[in-house]
Amino acid sequence: MKVTVTVNNAEYVRDVEPRLLLIHLLRDELGLTGSHWGCDTSNCGACVVWLDETPVKSCTVLAVMADGRRVMTVEGLGSRAGLDPVQQGFTQCHGLQCGFCTPGMMLTARWLLDHNPDPSAAEVREAISGQICRCTGYENIVRAVLWAAKNGGTG
Amino acid sequence: MIDHRQEHHEGGPYGAIPRKEDARFVRGQGTFVDDISLPGMLHGAILRSPLAHARIISVDATAALAHPKVEAVLTGADLAERGLAWMPTLSGDVQAVLATDKVRFQGQELAFVVARDRYAARDALELIAVEYEPLPPLVDAKTALAEDAPLVRDDLPGRTGNRIFDWTAGDKTATDAVFSTADVTVSCDMIYPRSHPAPLETCGIVAAWDDVTGRLTLWSTSQAPHAHRTMYALITRLPEHKIRIVSPDLGGGFGNKVPVYPGYLCAIAASIVTRRPVKWVEDRSENLMSTTFARDYHMHGEIAATADGRILGLRAGVLADHGAFNATAQPARYPAGFFHIFTGSYDLEAAFCEVTGVYTNKAPGGVAYSCSFRVTEAVYLVERLVDMLARKLGMDPAQLRMRNLLRPEQFPYTCATGWQYDSGDYPRALALAMDIAGYDELRREQAERRSRGEYMGIGISFFTEGVGAGPRAHMDILGLAMVDGADLRVHPTGKVVLAVSVQTQGQGHETTFAQIVAHELGLTPDDVEVVHGDTDRTPFGLGTYGSRSTPVSGAAAVMAARKVRDRARLVAAAMLELSPDDLEWADGKWRVRGDPDRGAGIAEIAMAAHSSLELPDGVESHLDASAVYNPPNLTFPFGAYICVTDVDPATGEVKVRRFIAVDDCGVRINPMIVEGQVHRGLADGVGMALMQAIVFDESGNCLGGSFMDYLLPTALECPSPELGATVTPSPHHPIGAKGIGESATVGSPPAVVNSVVDALAPFGVTHADMPLTPANVWRAIQGRPVRPDLALS
Repeated sequence: MKVTVTVNNAEYVRDVEPRLLLIHLLRDELGLTGSHWGCDTSNCGACVVWLDETPVKSCTVLAVMADGRRVMTVEGLGSRAGLDPVQQGFTQCHGLQCGFCTPGMMLTARWLLDHNPDPSAAEVREAISGQICRCTGYENIVRAVLWAAKNGGTG
Repeated sequence: MIDHRQEHHEGGPYGAIPRKEDARFVRGQGTFVDDISLPGMLHGAILRSPLAHARIISVDATAALAHPKVEAVLTGADLAERGLAWMPTLSGDVQAVLATDKVRFQGQELAFVVARDRYAARDALELIAVEYEPLPPLVDAKTALAEDAPLVRDDLPGRTGNRIFDWTAGDKTATDAVFSTADVTVSCDMIYPRSHPAPLETCGIVAAWDDVTGRLTLWSTSQAPHAHRTMYALITRLPEHKIRIVSPDLGGGFGNKVPVYPGYLCAIAASIVTRRPVKWVEDRSENLMSTTFARDYHMHGEIAATADGRILGLRAGVLADHGAFNATAQPARYPAGFFHIFTGSYDLEAAFCEVTGVYTNKAPGGVAYSCSFRVTEAVYLVERLVDMLARKLGMDPAQLRMRNLLRPEQFPYTCATGWQYDSGDYPRALALAMDIAGYDELRREQAERRSRGEYMGIGISFFTEGVGAGPRAHMDILGLAMVDGADLRVHPTGKVVLAVSVQTQGQGHETTFAQIVAHELGLTPDDVEVVHGDTDRTPFGLGTYGSRSTPVSGAAAVMAARKVRDRARLVAAAMLELSPDDLEWADGKWRVRGDPDRGAGIAEIAMAAHSSLELPDGVESHLDASAVYNPPNLTFPFGAYICVTDVDPATGEVKVRRFIAVDDCGVRINPMIVEGQVHRGLADGVGMALMQAIVFDESGNCLGGSFMDYLLPTALECPSPELGATVTPSPHHPIGAKGIGESATVGSPPAVVNSVVDALAPFGVTHADMPLTPANVWRAIQGRPVRPDLALS
């Protein structure tokens, strides 16, 4: 099936199998390997990207469901000119270790701050509770998001 | 009094600087194995056994081979023709690569399909017909030694039973004597359930065989690339210098990426057969069901003490479930790892343990998941027993520990099973943890809540680890001594490349090791590039696990840097036309004694060392140096943890309210990274104590084969940790550092369990096995516990 998807403001047209998962379209067809695959069951959130304005787990979205829609991945965060405050926060607060969950975590964090610019630690924890990090125990991810809230507003 | 909370945030001479590696990760530009794509690359998938134990009657791949996108199918018979159907394990056993005779655990590898895309490879698995004769599975380790138990390893010549080894440590006679005369003894059966490290990135490989050059290049999820290269050379008989392993960015490891797995060898064989690159990346179920698990220790522990609370001795008997192949990864001489450090942090008269390892029809493994080679199990045993003893004596568990902890003047201390602890100030660490927790106030609050029918628990654990294996005389894996190398290249402008044998899975080596070298040479961390994870570019060494990177490779980096510094002194003397004796190293430069404004730093000296400057006889040009570090002893990090929980007796739900952790890992190089390591381990403690367990049913079906069944803690279950630090340098490490990577995973589970059992004290509960799920807590309250490791009907 032919799909037309706008990813990080660039339009792509691809002929794909109907069963192709969005995560595999992004990684294998478009070469955007910043989004990761971690579990198959929508539990880990390493594959979180934005579909239009909403974070989704792209291992549980078919590529054809993204037809005519916009996707944002970690490669679309920040710009050549500078990092998004969320990316800065993760660096400043040691919000990552192995870096595998980080893209998904940052995309959820960006969405949270867009909707709640001054979240509490508990609200940050709630926002990322559908995603798993095996390295940080989450504490420094929470601190990173709060840092971004304090230091960058909406980026 | 020094405020240690302040001290550790700011760090010592090195500093809590942000990590160099973050720049690529926050941009999504890390390179993980599955990110690698080569021209013409094929995709592999593994057919796995649905049965835990069965004889294989036939494997028919005809239909799969007819699939239009399939390029090859490998079966056990195909590998057997090439002598590759079995491979050695890290414990001297053999493991099937693709099964030929029987399948011995659910999820065991049977066939390998190679296709043009990953979906087609999966499709073709469905087309392989396998005929089985089901056999009774051995699921419960406790029945493994029974006369009528199914024989798991009839492939091993002459084997008639499931016993792998019997191993003892300590003095049995002396320990029995202590127990026979002690005022008080307490004993308990406890299980450390089978767990899984579950790094977020699963295991995988890209294998690229080059027919022309005879070179095999592997990008693989390996915590030990050099050891893996040697293993592949021995297994495949390819010359070792023609094999290159690149272990790129790894999405966590935690011991899961130490072994060589059948999928890796299948991809290698498939690349040789097809003459094309082959990628194999396992899915989550494959990772949880077939790669190395952790723990599965069935323990009986006993503790002896005087009536006034002096601990005299410990005794332990362990039944260790190693699964279908003995594939544990630990120093060869220690089949139970370092479990015999179960003497803990206390001054004992005697201790004795015996461990029996058995085969079962479950996935192989046992030593993994940040366990410091089984110290996890040891700490859990002793810290549970100390709490039970405190209950029996009517003493506060903190007081009982304080009374029995080793005192600073006893170091170096040789424990009852022979380990020599290098350094420590244990009472100071416990006192600091109690201070941060507000211990006395917590006890008052607990009493007040109890009077209101609320169940709050306060759990303490104190741990001592032994990490940083070798020394080489005592520690090897497959005959490879556990020493590690470091190469330092100093470029003419004074910029430095450090190549190390260890590999990072998130520990931040690119930053920490740069800081170490920069500090030794008077440079900044930005002046030092760290190369790791590529066997063609780094010196040999055993890799990253067992918290050994900083204790071993960190020391190697220091030794190499000091060689550079020593040669730089000779060059500087030639530059300044002075005697080397006239120079002293101060503030990052070689300076003239008595005239410290004169001197030269490494950058100037490096340029001179590459120039036409005449050097004294015997002084080589350039400043490059290398070192191989053989640790004289393990280092012994320690810590005191306090966990506060609230338990709802109606539902059995446990909430971790606070987690206080005081760690002493000697000198901290990057305190921010050290704290991050502790955060992770505390989350492991919450997970293992409350939810993580790989359970089997009576047919040997793995009930933990996905993240819907094997529960990991999220941000909602993990508390915001409260950390403290003390710094007791290791006397034998060149910069006084000890390992930190596993401390909190080792130390935290007993704190959580002690806390929950403390909360349940009014119900008369003295012990409950992990995982303390709501159901298991509720059963404990009802006095009707069940085994947490089996789901038996």
